[in-house]
Amino acid sequence: MPPETAIDGSNLKLEYSRFVGRKLLFLLALVVATVLLAGVSATLGSADLTVAEAYSAVLARFFPNHFHSTWFTETIIWNLRLHRILMALVSGFGLAIAGTIMQGILKNPLASPFTLGIASAAGFGASLAIILGAGFAGGEYLIVGNAFVFALLASIAVYGLSKYRGISSATMILAGIAIMYLFSALTSFLQYVGESDQVHEVVFWMMGSLGRSSWEKVGLVAAVIALSAPYLLLRSWDINAMGAGDEAAKSLGVNVERTRVTSMMLASLITASVICFTGTIGFIGLVAPHITRMVVGGDHRFLLPASGVVGALLLLGADTAARTVFAPVILPVGIMTSFLGVPFFVYLFLKRRKEYW
Amino acid sequence: MVKITIKDLSFSYGSRKILEDLNVAVGDSEVLSLVGPNGSGKTTLIKCIDRILKPKGSILLNGGRDLQSLSRQEVAKYIGYVPQSTTGVLTTTVFDTILMGRKPHMGWRVADDDIDKVVEVMKLLHIEEFALKDFSELSGGQKQRVLIARALCQEPEVLLLDEPTSSLDLRHQLESLETIRSLVKRTKISAVMAIHDLNLAARYSDTLVMLKDGMVYSAGDPGELLTEENIRTIYGVEAVVMRELDRPYVVPIGSLNGCKACD
Repeated sequence: MPPETAIDGSNLKLEYSRFVGRKLLFLLALVVATVLLAGVSATLGSADLTVAEAYSAVLARFFPNHFHSTWFTETIIWNLRLHRILMALVSGFGLAIAGTIMQGILKNPLASPFTLGIASAAGFGASLAIILGAGFAGGEYLIVGNAFVFALLASIAVYGLSKYRGISSATMILAGIAIMYLFSALTSFLQYVGESDQVHEVVFWMMGSLGRSSWEKVGLVAAVIALSAPYLLLRSWDINAMGAGDEAAKSLGVNVERTRVTSMMLASLITASVICFTGTIGFIGLVAPHITRMVVGGDHRFLLPASGVVGALLLLGADTAARTVFAPVILPVGIMTSFLGVPFFVYLFLKRRKEYW
Repeated sequence: MVKITIKDLSFSYGSRKILEDLNVAVGDSEVLSLVGPNGSGKTTLIKCIDRILKPKGSILLNGGRDLQSLSRQEVAKYIGYVPQSTTGVLTTTVFDTILMGRKPHMGWRVADDDIDKVVEVMKLLHIEEFALKDFSELSGGQKQRVLIARALCQEPEVLLLDEPTSSLDLRHQLESLETIRSLVKRTKISAVMAIHDLNLAARYSDTLVMLKDGMVYSAGDPGELLTEENIRTIYGVEAVVMRELDRPYVVPIGSLNGCKACD
């Protein structure tokens, strides 16, 4: 760099504010893209609708004087498609921020609801309900309740095990992997003794699907996220500091153990509340944070919300593709997330030369 | 003026005693070096002062308050810590890394003053040019300076450094210590560093504290402390101390135990 263009104070300040501005722009672009994709997604399906029809059906409910829609369109949109689209958005958002928190707190690029045993515990809970009919809740919520309770039990077990050896990222990951294998083995055992149609249902549950969504479920998941995400966002600086190592974080005034435990518990709660309704949708929680980190960097003040929107966008995209590619056959969304996400991820991974982990 | 007084400080890992009844005083604008063999407790003492580890005993601030009674955030306003090397896998830019030093002072939102402080510190340490580079892309010497900058952003009264020269080449070792020394002399900050190299310690510090088996063996002026006898007792090393220069210069001759593998 020639000396006359060397960065001086005011220059540096300006450049940093541009750097922050770019991140905000990215976030804004993501939100716009998500709204557009949601509109497009609402038009796709066995009943042909245009984007304009879809939007006016939505808006007609809120502003009946300004927008008009037919009863048929409104029914399709509101009763069939909109809650599924919103479920994809909130689930994708939830799984992605949970993954971001886990990777940030554990300083491990492989951390996700899967590696920490939460997903496999939920799978076991669901299998228990499907195959043995045993569970914590009755009726409609038998499978959901089981999946939720076991997912939380797994995270408590991970916490308990690592507490015994001192809570560090290594102990949490090792404990998580142990829990994951335990519940996978238990699920395999149940599948071994189960009837073939029950096993089929378990396998289908584990692939993950948004087909079981409803307005009520969207509301529940959204409520859990609305209650826990603000706390996680407030803790952004602590999580950033922990990225520099536990000791450095402590010296910067962070209560490392408490932050790690509360954030992990909230991330687990979000994950549990999503996957108990959708089944185990993998990949989003692992990959959305990575994709976002490559673009906005490691500052969790921006990484966390951006990664959530990337997750929402990915899951909605995957579900839209899953509904339309082999229509009228609807593929499980868990399969689609990987088909769509992996090539994109590999592309980014190969293109960026920088060492991100 | 005394900046911090360490009184009867002890620390043990389980039943293994690492530090025992240490008493050390750090003055204003003073560079104090902790020397001693591996396992003598240098790094542990640094971490105890910063309350990364929780010792017994007291660490009194100049006002008489005990550091042990303060919250982590308050300690962070008083003491800046420069780790030996960063174990974290940072994906942040240099600017953001240094900005983290403002953490004890700022809320969620970054104020203009915080940004100004970062810019000021970066200029002081001549690291403006890699402001928006990734921390992981820097060389060892550059990383060291960034970590010092982060600690300075805390506006601490005491800077703790754990082996500030360990991964640096000759020139960067000197540069790093010169930076620390000139900072200490220009501001009222005091620096406490754990360091292996006796000659660098002698040259850049006002006070030397020799540790042996978790206890203070002796403390004082480097010129008086660095004697052939003290080096023999502490390290088990036969050495010649040359006094031709303005500071003593230690030339090790051989280990007292002899070369066990050679027999």
